[in-house]
Amino acid sequence: MHNLTIAELLAGLAQKRFSSEELTLHYLARIERLDAKFNSYITVTPELALEAARSADKARAQGNAGSLAGVPIAHKDIFCTNGVRTSCASKMLDNFVPPYDATVVTKLAQAGVVCLGKTNMDEFAMGSSNETSYYGPVKNPWAPDCVPGGSSGGSAAAIAAQLCAAATGTDTGGSIRQPAALCGLTGLKPTYGRVSRYGMIAFASSLDQGGPMTRSAHDAALLLNAMAGFDAKDSTSANRSVPDYTATLHDKLDGLRIGLPKEYFGKGLSAAIEKAVHAAIAELEKLGATVKEISLPNTELAVPCYYVIAPAEASANLSRFDGVRYGYRCENPSDLFDLYTRTRAEGFGDEVKRRILIGTYVLSAGYYDAYYRKAQQVRRLIKQDFVAAFNDVDVIAGPTTPNPTFCVGEISDPVAMYLEDIYTIAVNLAGLPALSIPAGRVDNKPIGLQLIGNYFAEDKLLNVAHQFQQATDWHRRTAPGIE
Amino acid sequence: MEWETVIGLEVHMQLATQSKIFSGSSTAFGAEPNTQANAIDLAMPGTLPVLNEQAVRYAIMFGLAVDAPINPLSAFERKNYFYPDLPKGYQTTQLAEPIVGAGHIDIELSDGSTKRVRIHHAHLEEDAGKSLHELSFAGDSHGLSGIDLNRAGTPLIEIVTEPDMRSAEEAVAFAKKLHAIVTSLEITDGDMSQGSMRFDVNVSIRKKGSDKLGTRTETKNLNSFRFIEEAIKLEVSRQIDLIEDGGKVIQETRLYDGEKKIARAMRSKEEANDYRYFPCPDLLPVAVDNETIEKIRAALPELPNAKKQRFIADYGLSNYDADVLTAERALADYFETVAKVSGEPKLAANWVMVELSAQLNKNNLNISHSPIKAEQLAGLIERIKDNTISGKQAKQVFEVMMDGGIKTGESAETAFISANDVIQQLGLKQVSDTGAIEKIVSDIVDANPDQTAQYRAADEGKRKKLLGFFVGQIMKASKGQANPGLVNEILLKKLQ
Repeated sequence: MHNLTIAELLAGLAQKRFSSEELTLHYLARIERLDAKFNSYITVTPELALEAARSADKARAQGNAGSLAGVPIAHKDIFCTNGVRTSCASKMLDNFVPPYDATVVTKLAQAGVVCLGKTNMDEFAMGSSNETSYYGPVKNPWAPDCVPGGSSGGSAAAIAAQLCAAATGTDTGGSIRQPAALCGLTGLKPTYGRVSRYGMIAFASSLDQGGPMTRSAHDAALLLNAMAGFDAKDSTSANRSVPDYTATLHDKLDGLRIGLPKEYFGKGLSAAIEKAVHAAIAELEKLGATVKEISLPNTELAVPCYYVIAPAEASANLSRFDGVRYGYRCENPSDLFDLYTRTRAEGFGDEVKRRILIGTYVLSAGYYDAYYRKAQQVRRLIKQDFVAAFNDVDVIAGPTTPNPTFCVGEISDPVAMYLEDIYTIAVNLAGLPALSIPAGRVDNKPIGLQLIGNYFAEDKLLNVAHQFQQATDWHRRTAPGIE
Repeated sequence: MEWETVIGLEVHMQLATQSKIFSGSSTAFGAEPNTQANAIDLAMPGTLPVLNEQAVRYAIMFGLAVDAPINPLSAFERKNYFYPDLPKGYQTTQLAEPIVGAGHIDIELSDGSTKRVRIHHAHLEEDAGKSLHELSFAGDSHGLSGIDLNRAGTPLIEIVTEPDMRSAEEAVAFAKKLHAIVTSLEITDGDMSQGSMRFDVNVSIRKKGSDKLGTRTETKNLNSFRFIEEAIKLEVSRQIDLIEDGGKVIQETRLYDGEKKIARAMRSKEEANDYRYFPCPDLLPVAVDNETIEKIRAALPELPNAKKQRFIADYGLSNYDADVLTAERALADYFETVAKVSGEPKLAANWVMVELSAQLNKNNLNISHSPIKAEQLAGLIERIKDNTISGKQAKQVFEVMMDGGIKTGESAETAFISANDVIQQLGLKQVSDTGAIEKIVSDIVDANPDQTAQYRAADEGKRKKLLGFFVGQIMKASKGQANPGLVNEILLKKLQ
């Protein structure tokens, strides 16, 4: 049961081949037995999961089941869950139990999903390897010495190790797509504003976007159907209707115009990945697509631009963690200043502190114009690159990452780590939708093909990904040793 | 050396919205601490702000009332600093793109001239919570401070003037005019004692004739007109003494203690925070189109200046009376009801400004909680007008009505007593029956033949004095109930 897609699970549940309770018990048992190896969950919630499974079974028997009734998934521990500890993988929130659900959690619950627990991640979603978690690193089921990517590394590892059918993730600079690529999964970052950010703990508010991580494009469409939509509680959410993303999956790709940015195939890209990506694109051509080279001239500015804007927003977003109202508080503060400084010194990890410092610096008097304002100008240029490109093409394709997964501890230089996100970051700066699908293997490690769409063209991306997955079986391969 | 004072104001004004600027919590004053703070106000992780449209509407109303342009696209920014009563660690406010642009308010000076005070801009922002230090706790608090977040997120507009005022009197005149405008717009309750309007005064001095500004200080959080005046006067004399003694004014923030009448420095500019403002990514820019602005403009209530001119023209009030009566919308409305119902605007103005105001002050009540309603006061004035009672009797009736109103209070609406009932209860009818008065006058004239003879022989001046004697006797005989006008008329005839 544990290697089935959501689409297959829904069929099995509908045909009464198994109940959600059985399915949930099965997954819970696997987590119990296997997750010590991967560390993909921070919190497992068996009682709540079984309760949800039973009510999904009941709803199904009564004929009023939601679209995802009984499907066991996991939430990244950045989504607030009412009554369930939500840590953001930080010591700062190790004791934090929110009295509310994130909108994404509410919407998926209304669709009937069963939440098995909360997955590991980089602390406050700051990282590309899941090594910054207060709860320890996550292992990649494909290569147990290696990282699953980040920051949604726990969600990726949990799906790849078949410890849930799918999971939610968040993507600020590649945090859904990069771990999806490194763990052989489908991961979609929707258009900024497509999915509500309410209750999703903020890293960089103008870049953060929640999305599905799944075994297939079809599953991603099913999850996105439930997750997307306007939310009056999020002023930046888009007030436009949500199409049925499964309705267009089967459209043929004849005449589809794919752009290959020359900047995405240059220096720094692993030759093996380049080869695999070209093979995948050849597959799309066979399906009827035409390919042309395009240019996104400001690509090399994306990483530096991001590392001004994201830390700037983060420095303010993380100010609320001050030990006054909730979360970690240092022992015996001598005065207010001591309370603040020790709470934050002890409660945050190094990468989080690094980014708060960078963000504080770039917003400071005398530096604002040189850094923050300049980065905003660059951000507009990056967006214009994409807008211009989409005049000529329907979808932009390229590698998701420059390298396959690397060993835990292998990259210690922060800048080298930041450059692992070189192909994903610009998408967040522009607010565009993009997904990563498995497109081959390098040294037996999965690699991803990234497809970038125009604003609100999630349907097109999922359509292309689904057609690719109908013609290939990379997405159906299971990590060695996962049974 | 002659010194000139230069004053600019920053005013923080709470808007009278039902809920907070970015959350649905109530803004009502006086609830138990932290009972009006929800997850958003507490800055719980993942929560997001949603702008209260009523606050935007109120800011637009203010802008239109002071002749300012409304920014078609204003934006919120984050002002970063740590303090326990600031839950997010930043205040959401406006800086580069405030909603209200440059405007002005005209004030009247004591010499009757008018002065224009320019407003630099006004912007929307959220209020912080309150820190309650040791003093506020009963019993043993061991140096702890409490935080009450009920106020956190209350919508404010901050109004920033140009440094156009030249004396404490001008600053107070501006503050009062501003208060009159915003209360007539009903965009704030204007209750300064509860912090609804808080004034920061920027004060500097310079040699008379100089056009260079001196170094200014900012005295923060003044919450009464009297404190504004006292704090400015104190600061001006401090600065003059300092400079005349060869010292220099340091740019600093100061606090004025209205009880002790002293001020002290809080922090200097060097210690000031770098607030690291940047656009708030959680809120979209606030777009206001012309249609919205024109709709709001069409619905604006009459503003104090226009009302004042109308009161002068329609009711024949003096400039001073019109000024006083239009200082507050509730007062103006009250007066206008009394004037219309009674048909005696001048009497109405006198009664509202003298008797009623005195009683309200004495009982620490504001006009909207007056124990005598406008219709009741009009009823009293009607009885003066139709000579049922004299002015003196009316005061007696007024006091009874006032006491009754205070005793029964607002809970028993029907218990408000009418002037007619009091007049009846006290048996206070003015005697206007000519026959009855003639009889009393005859009796008194007959009983005082000497004075009558003296009167007839006397010149104009002496006659007046003697007339007073007769009137006094007659009023005494009638127990004060004789209509004084009639008494005069009949007496003069009798004494011919």
